[in-house]
Amino acid sequence: MNTSAGAGARPLRVVGTVPTPSAGAPTRLRSALRSIGVRHIVVLLAVLLYPVVATPFFTYQIGAQALALGLIALSLTLLGGYGGMVSLAQMTVAGIAGYMVAIFGSSSVATISLGWPWWLAVVLAIGIATVVATLIGWLSVRTEGIYTIMITLAIGVAFFYLAQQNYALFNGFQGFNKVVAPTVGEIDFREPVPFYGLTLACSLAGYGLVQYLVRAPFGVALQGIRDNPRRMNALGYHVTAHRVAAYALAGLLAAVGGVLMVWYNGRISPGSANTGAMINILIIAVLGGMKRPLGAFIGAIVFVLLQNFAIDLVDRERFNLVIGGVFLAIVLFSPDGLLGLWAKLRSRLQQSRHSNQRRRQ
Amino acid sequence: MKATQRVWVRTMVGTAAAAAMGTAWAQETLKIGLLATLEGPFAAPGQDSMRGADLALKHHNGMAGGKKIEFVKVSSDATPDKAVNATRKAVEQDKVQIMIGPLSGDEGIAVKNYAKTQPNITFINGSSGAQATTLSDPAPNFYRFNTEGAQWMVGLGEHALAKGYKKTFLIAEDYGFPYSQVQGFMASYCAKGGKVVDKAWVPLGTKDYASVIAKIPKDVDALVVVLGGSDAVNFLTQYEQTGGNKPMVGGSITVDQTVLNYKGKRRESLLGTASAGPMADSIDTPEWKKFVADYKASFKDGFPSPSLFAYLYYINTKAALDGLDAVKGDLSNGQKAYREALQKTNFKGPAGEVKIDSNRNGVGATYITEVAKAADGSYYNKVVKTVPGISQTLGLPEAEFKKMGLGSRDVPDCRK
Amino acid sequence: MTRKQWLPWLLLGGPIAVFTVWALADNSRLYLVTLLNGLTLASLYFIVASGFTLVFGLMRNVNLAHGSLYLFGAYVGWMVGEHTGSWVLAVLAGFGSAALVGLLLQLLVFRHMPGEDLRQTLVTIGLAIVLADLMLWIWGAEIYTFDPPPWIYGSTELPVVEKFPTYRLVVLLGAIVIGCGLWGFLNRTRVGMMIRAGVDDRGMLAAAGVNVQLVFAVTFAIGAGMAGLAGVVGGTALSVSPGEDTRYLLASLVVVIVGGMGSVVGAAIGALLIGLAEQFGQAYAPTYSVVFTFVIMVLALAFKPRGIMGKPA
Repeated sequence: MNTSAGAGARPLRVVGTVPTPSAGAPTRLRSALRSIGVRHIVVLLAVLLYPVVATPFFTYQIGAQALALGLIALSLTLLGGYGGMVSLAQMTVAGIAGYMVAIFGSSSVATISLGWPWWLAVVLAIGIATVVATLIGWLSVRTEGIYTIMITLAIGVAFFYLAQQNYALFNGFQGFNKVVAPTVGEIDFREPVPFYGLTLACSLAGYGLVQYLVRAPFGVALQGIRDNPRRMNALGYHVTAHRVAAYALAGLLAAVGGVLMVWYNGRISPGSANTGAMINILIIAVLGGMKRPLGAFIGAIVFVLLQNFAIDLVDRERFNLVIGGVFLAIVLFSPDGLLGLWAKLRSRLQQSRHSNQRRRQ
Repeated sequence: MKATQRVWVRTMVGTAAAAAMGTAWAQETLKIGLLATLEGPFAAPGQDSMRGADLALKHHNGMAGGKKIEFVKVSSDATPDKAVNATRKAVEQDKVQIMIGPLSGDEGIAVKNYAKTQPNITFINGSSGAQATTLSDPAPNFYRFNTEGAQWMVGLGEHALAKGYKKTFLIAEDYGFPYSQVQGFMASYCAKGGKVVDKAWVPLGTKDYASVIAKIPKDVDALVVVLGGSDAVNFLTQYEQTGGNKPMVGGSITVDQTVLNYKGKRRESLLGTASAGPMADSIDTPEWKKFVADYKASFKDGFPSPSLFAYLYYINTKAALDGLDAVKGDLSNGQKAYREALQKTNFKGPAGEVKIDSNRNGVGATYITEVAKAADGSYYNKVVKTVPGISQTLGLPEAEFKKMGLGSRDVPDCRK
Repeated sequence: MTRKQWLPWLLLGGPIAVFTVWALADNSRLYLVTLLNGLTLASLYFIVASGFTLVFGLMRNVNLAHGSLYLFGAYVGWMVGEHTGSWVLAVLAGFGSAALVGLLLQLLVFRHMPGEDLRQTLVTIGLAIVLADLMLWIWGAEIYTFDPPPWIYGSTELPVVEKFPTYRLVVLLGAIVIGCGLWGFLNRTRVGMMIRAGVDDRGMLAAAGVNVQLVFAVTFAIGAGMAGLAGVVGGTALSVSPGEDTRYLLASLVVVIVGGMGSVVGAAIGALLIGLAEQFGQAYAPTYSVVFTFVIMVLALAFKPRGIMGKPA
């Protein structure tokens, strides 16, 4: 979201201060470990200890839901922030994964669900959803930039109507009930704390994956393609293949998020992946800031809090106005989201500190 | 930038304050959760259902069982996911002891499934009318004092046959509530010789009925239309525009107040449409008249007459509050005494007796109505017949009902 | 035509021709009614999508608040219609009010974000959400229907089809008139020439000394006005209630994806394809009608990524 200097030509920007991508993976890993600072440890401890201090409601409906939504929004940040392709179909991919879990696993609709073991259903669901994401990507990358939003929105809505009108496979308007998380050994993942742990593990894995990817050759090339596809093409990179691969990886993240969401809700229906839900993911990603992976989770937390508590602050009917207004304000005044605001604040404070020091001298 | 920061800070402060306030109030009053759809396509019925609940509380002077009652109002948008989230917030975060709601059929099934995970809270229905909520896999702490969608149509079949409609064509929305309604209609209609030659199931929210209207066979006597809200208005208008002139038999929300009150010119073709439901605008009993007068006096922004949803939320809320009175507010021991009191509920509501069967589902009367024009030009539903005491077996012997199964797209079927 | 050129026509046209023959033989009334309904729906989609494609073609702004403008025009038109009792005034009010809002948006918001396509689109999404809720607040969730003059309402007798709603025929004729008017405006007036030049190359237009901001403002106003006009016209056929904004936005999106950005002729072609596909799908294969629309979109994207009449960006 930089202002363009000309008709599409942008200088190449490489992320962060890390060794060149040509350095081997061990070097990158070492530098990544070195870059883990105190603040990372603090945050990690905070999220690990959160269920101890929070009520079951906050752990489940706020914490776990925010992490699962954040994971889906993370896939959008990967595609949009680092790849320059804002896809509204991430929730659709998540929805497809959820539907596959219901169809292959057990649910309230005995005539459609196959009743296979949960781990098989999950593996199949993630696999199928990733393949669908790749196809969506293949369809969308043939066009440029702003087309992607339109096309992915249209694809997402087409899936919604298909799921709503088809009874043989998707059970139409009612969807599937009783699609619940499994019990593994002693741990029942339907309980708030174990489920929170599961979502936390998946979110950390996703976050780690994205952080690793954007520093690896693939990720740097992707950002190059975002900034100047023609130049990258001239350098010999296969632009379309990179983009489709990005869609596939983002689809993997969204699929995992989708499995978590269907277990969270205990059900899936077309409404879980309708236009509102698709746009909510965009709102979450933009709210937090699409420039860094953390933004997705920050946005998700704010969104879930607003969704649950706006009703206590504002007239209960005007929730959409609040969310839309906040989103509009962010886009108009701070396009890099809350993290961008935070960065600006910090640099302002640092500047005033430096100028104060200079004045005192 | 400043503006965003201010919004952000205020949001956080406000959230903290609200949470603090929430905990402070818990000691002095009894909190009852109230869920209705205040967003999305059912927003207008949702607002009216809140009015019905508020009226019940007003009739109780804001107290029940010796405690002050506070409604914790939560909203959904008719999707089951949102309904469960809202219910979970009310139960686990706002710590309500009793939960009233939801509004629509599929939400009811989802909330019932959630109720099973909260055995110490009593869940009372709002207006959801899907059969499956109490008939398949019921929850022991979910109570429905109103009758459900299938029960609402019992007796309409005979009425249609009495009017000479031997062959009919069905147009209905493709989800749980219309399935129940159609079963209620066809259970007796088919048994007594009527034929439904074909069924056109349309997705919820269909705007353009041109292709459905084009498929209506020429030789049917009447149309059975089970659509709600804007779908009903669209169908009726488009059918008239196509020059259609077949009489219609409507479902319970096809010609109710929300549809008869749409903003625009009233269409004469609506007059005479037969329908059935648990209440009607023109019931001629003193209890109903008092209810209507109270509704009109309390809510200046309401409909000219309370809608179906206002009535249903009213009787469910009244049952909840009366139960509290009966046990003097004792919700201890897993609300055991309270639930026994609820099971014994038997009062005279505005539209007839309110009581429940052993499955905690309502047993009540159904009113057969026809659309008529009042003196002031507005349209209302005139009662032509009352059928009392209908249970979930729809007037059939229990074994036969079990054999038929729950209403779905293909059940029941009587084409030939 | 070379073999490569007539092969796709044969592949697509063949099954359609076979289907047409079968359907006519099976139930000719249903087929012709569906055809007419499809044309009417296409007309409505064309009116809405033409505004959307103009705005995108010239200003590269994917205005996802286009549906909200449709709904806004419908509500304002309804109020004017109620007060004055004239349906024609309602139509004009629908056009005017939406055009005004569009003009304000361009001048107050989008003018300050030149070149930032993604940011503009995100702003339109936010605006769509806010506008939808504001309209719900002001006009409630009830259903609004219009009261057109009696000579438009009612049904006409047509051969084979028997009674067909007169109003839908009026919509069809109206769309043709509007389409021709729009084409004339774009191809035969100075402002239209400037708009077409801008669609091809914005930079050169500015370099040639044209007040580009003025052209943008006029285009946005017209585009938005078309949405509002469609709001009243569509609302008369199919009532107005919350949720219409999303429906027509999505229809515009698909029509423009298939037909091509920035091209009014493309919008017409796209609208025809989508409108007919939707109606025939609903009539002959109700549970899969959306798949037809989707397949058309996928085929269009696969063979012509910028739409049938689209030009390179």
